Amino acid sequence: MYQFDYQRPETLDEAVALLKEDCKLLAGGQTLLPTMKQRLAQPEALVDLGAIDSLRGVCPDDDKLAIGAMTTHAEVASKADIPALACLAAGIGDPQVRNRGTIGGSVANNDPAADYPAALLGLNAQVTTNKRVINADDFFVDLFETALEENEIIINVTFPRPQAAAYVKFDNPASRYAIVGVFVAKTGSGVRVAVTGAGPCVFRHKGLETALNNNFSAQAIEGVSVSAAGLNSDIHASADYRANLIKVLTKRAVAQIGG
Amino acid sequence: MGTQTGIGASVKRKEDKRFIIGKGRYLDDISRPGQTYGYFIRSPHAHAKITSLDSTAALKAPGVVAVLTGPDMQADGIGPLICGWGITSKDGTPHKAPAHPALAIGRVRYVGHQVALVVAETLQQARDAAELVEIEYEELDHVIEVGDALAAGAPQIHDDVPGNLSFDWELGDRGKTDAAIGSAHHVTRMKLRNNRLIPNAMEPRAALGDYDSGTDEITLYTTSQNPHVHRLVLSAFNGVAPEHKLRVIAPDVGGGFGSKIFIYSEETVCAWATKKLNRPVKWTAERSESFLSDAHGRDHETFAEMAFDANGKILGLKVSTKANVGCYLSTFASAVPTYLYGTLLSGQYTIPAIYCEVQAGFTNTAPVDAYRGAGRPEATYVVERMIEIGAREMGIDPAEIRKRNFIAPDAYPYETPVIMTYDSGNYALAMDKALEAIDYNGFVSRKAQSQAKGKLRGIGFSAFIEACGIAPSAAVGSLGAGVGLWESAQVRFNPTGSVTVFTGSHSHGQGHETTFAQIISDQLGVPIDQVEISHGDTGKVPFGMGTYGSRSLAVGGSAIMKAIDKIVEKSKKIAAHTLEASVEDIEHAGGIFKVAGTDKQMTMAEIAFSAYVPHNYPADVEPGMDETAFYDPLNFTFPAGTHIAEVEIDPDTGTTEILDWVAVDDFGNVINPMIVEGQVHGGIAQGIGQALLENCVYDKESGQLLTGSYMDYCMPRADDLPTFRVQTINTPCTTNPLGVKGCGEAGAISAPAALMNAITNALGKEIDMPATPEKVWRAAQGL
Repeated sequence: MYQFDYQRPETLDEAVALLKEDCKLLAGGQTLLPTMKQRLAQPEALVDLGAIDSLRGVCPDDDKLAIGAMTTHAEVASKADIPALACLAAGIGDPQVRNRGTIGGSVANNDPAADYPAALLGLNAQVTTNKRVINADDFFVDLFETALEENEIIINVTFPRPQAAAYVKFDNPASRYAIVGVFVAKTGSGVRVAVTGAGPCVFRHKGLETALNNNFSAQAIEGVSVSAAGLNSDIHASADYRANLIKVLTKRAVAQIGG
Repeated sequence: MGTQTGIGASVKRKEDKRFIIGKGRYLDDISRPGQTYGYFIRSPHAHAKITSLDSTAALKAPGVVAVLTGPDMQADGIGPLICGWGITSKDGTPHKAPAHPALAIGRVRYVGHQVALVVAETLQQARDAAELVEIEYEELDHVIEVGDALAAGAPQIHDDVPGNLSFDWELGDRGKTDAAIGSAHHVTRMKLRNNRLIPNAMEPRAALGDYDSGTDEITLYTTSQNPHVHRLVLSAFNGVAPEHKLRVIAPDVGGGFGSKIFIYSEETVCAWATKKLNRPVKWTAERSESFLSDAHGRDHETFAEMAFDANGKILGLKVSTKANVGCYLSTFASAVPTYLYGTLLSGQYTIPAIYCEVQAGFTNTAPVDAYRGAGRPEATYVVERMIEIGAREMGIDPAEIRKRNFIAPDAYPYETPVIMTYDSGNYALAMDKALEAIDYNGFVSRKAQSQAKGKLRGIGFSAFIEACGIAPSAAVGSLGAGVGLWESAQVRFNPTGSVTVFTGSHSHGQGHETTFAQIISDQLGVPIDQVEISHGDTGKVPFGMGTYGSRSLAVGGSAIMKAIDKIVEKSKKIAAHTLEASVEDIEHAGGIFKVAGTDKQMTMAEIAFSAYVPHNYPADVEPGMDETAFYDPLNFTFPAGTHIAEVEIDPDTGTTEILDWVAVDDFGNVINPMIVEGQVHGGIAQGIGQALLENCVYDKESGQLLTGSYMDYCMPRADDLPTFRVQTINTPCTTNPLGVKGCGEAGAISAPAALMNAITNALGKEIDMPATPEKVWRAAQGL
């Protein structure tokens, strides 16, 4: 790790005021700190969001669930009353990661194999920042890239309640990140199928959504062709294998929901 | 026998308290006054010339003490690292082991190769300064796979090793084996890949050199499985210090699995640098350095032919292997794919003709050396996959074909065609118990149940054998070893009756402090809490050869038995004198010395006290009760057994679930069944790791290690493993006084073949290790 400055503001306004060039926001630090320890990142300063109480907590409402950006995975796993979301959070990393890592940090990092992006996209969530509200469909831009601008801090993520939802993940046996994770949700505006791990960035699979909107059943998926084009290929899984997993996991998610 | 702390009792491990309460003393826990910290600059390239190295800026950085390089070491007369086992090629020439300087001189040959050591007041300062050392490289072509390295036109890794061939070795009778294959009813032919592994001991390697200018003595604290071997090599070959001025201490060591046998660059450099700088120099590997530079394991490409008669009786086995030894020959690298491999190719079977040839090739990868099992897992994998595939091809039940070929229980000593003489065994008994435990007869209906769920079920066998208790010095000497492989023990009674045992073996997780104490308690009647086991310090312990090859109990324990014999002999003289009887009339059992036929007796504690307070003492007996013994084994020991794995495969994803695992092992007599069971569990876990999860991958294009962290290198975890059902049978070894055979490597040796036989049984198709989900999925889908 290189030398860096460290600030721990107690309000969002203070945090925003502290942001400057070559400065990084520290949420749970589960990606940033290992990267710094390996000297792969060299921020001049860290602004730790951990003391800002307003960024933490799970707030259920009749038709939606708002989760503060600094809420840990463990809190989401135990408090979120959308079962598919709680279950997803319970499957991230290990107990240490779940008790430090946060939803805001994960979403802002947009790791291509992270779990939360699938939940946001699958549930049609909204990301509220200090500047605006961003729909999940617009939020995840590309590999480790989001719609967040400079000096923009996530305040919370709001999930509309689905009629039903399920997340099924195929773990990388080494890292336990998703080789493929599929989030299927029945929502007021139709079925959404969000896929993480398979490509450079989380994405919705329109072919699967169309098939499931016509007939919400595992059989409906049989006829859908899932292309391997553009999917990741690495030492753990080829694009072909990932394409297969998208289909298999979607079936399993649909079966869990009861389709 | 039969006491709560004696031989055969599952005594809880004495050493565990300090580990559990955080009082273990591992290398990084040790610091010395005035200590500096070393950081190694490593090659980012697989193969390159070092065209310049400029440390000017680094030397000006805060806290920097020195930047040391290969030429500096050479100028100080420090010799290169050595390979301690000479192998002779078919053509009679010795193996080629190019000079391996501890820090690179002029050329780097793998990613992670040690180039320079930056020494500073803090580790942070050393790391910062390392980035200021300007090194220019001129990249050269590299080669990663051994098959490619041995092919014509491959990049040359060493100027003095044409074709990258270290040796081309053979064992057995080629003509007879070819004839057996030529006239056989059936020949099974297979290419087999034994995947490359990275050891991953929990404690990373570390070294702390501490020079005392007053005594001119260097103390090297290092993570070693064999501190005396380190001292010998560092003195005699590297010339770091004369042997009497070098003390090597291997304190609590957090796992080795073979990887801490070898004398590595980093510890050699720390031992040299401390004297050069007159400051203690400490280095502790980061996990990423362990991945890059710990000696890797396995990495064989093999073609095998097994010949059968019409009844499934094996007529011959011919094995041709290319072994990847990495970029240099590590300390025992040459022995692993030769005398620890070819000699075990008879397995548990009567095979009339065996021939094995091994070409060892250099590649631009980390050195490859012994890793839990070391050669024997590779041999077991060949034999047990081949017989299983042969059974499938011939339509014979896999248990039945093994039974038809087993060496009979009354055939011992049994001489194999590959120079081993097995002393004892009962292979059919282990097989029968395993078949019963797994309910082999019920497999067909279990398979049908799986099929009804859309799953593929498979069962697989491994009837393994290993040569342990390494090893008779004369035998290994004749095969090229540069050392003898005996062991030492010193049993020292204190005046108050407690005992300190000094052993030349080294515990880095095996539980010696308990097992050896049980032997003392059992034989001499000393309460187990009055027995201390001391190891790992060349300043305290008689010269010993260390721990590897499942040797500690069979060889080190036998040395303790020999020292106990001397204690008993002396004690009898003292008892005879004190009790006014003749020595011949003194009977000893469990620490009680009795005049035969009377109630006159002395306890061991009383005798020990009189030995130190010799007021009434025989004139011809020396005072004191402290005996040292050296034990050289008569033969290897031959642990063996049958493991059966049962798996269920999800054909849609290729996921393999291990449903059941039965192990019936013959380790001879067992001192502590709980420790033995733990060793078997750990070994099987590592074997499952190899078969299912672990794989070291270098990128062929760039030469970079792709599996350089736990993000990509898959260590087995608890939830990858089934509940193991472990039993032992106990056919005593006939060649050592304890009748023990060794248990530390068995699981890792046996498990890969059992699991791969189960998976390929389920698939109806052959695949190589590791059986990753994608590979299994492709096979299940016929892709």
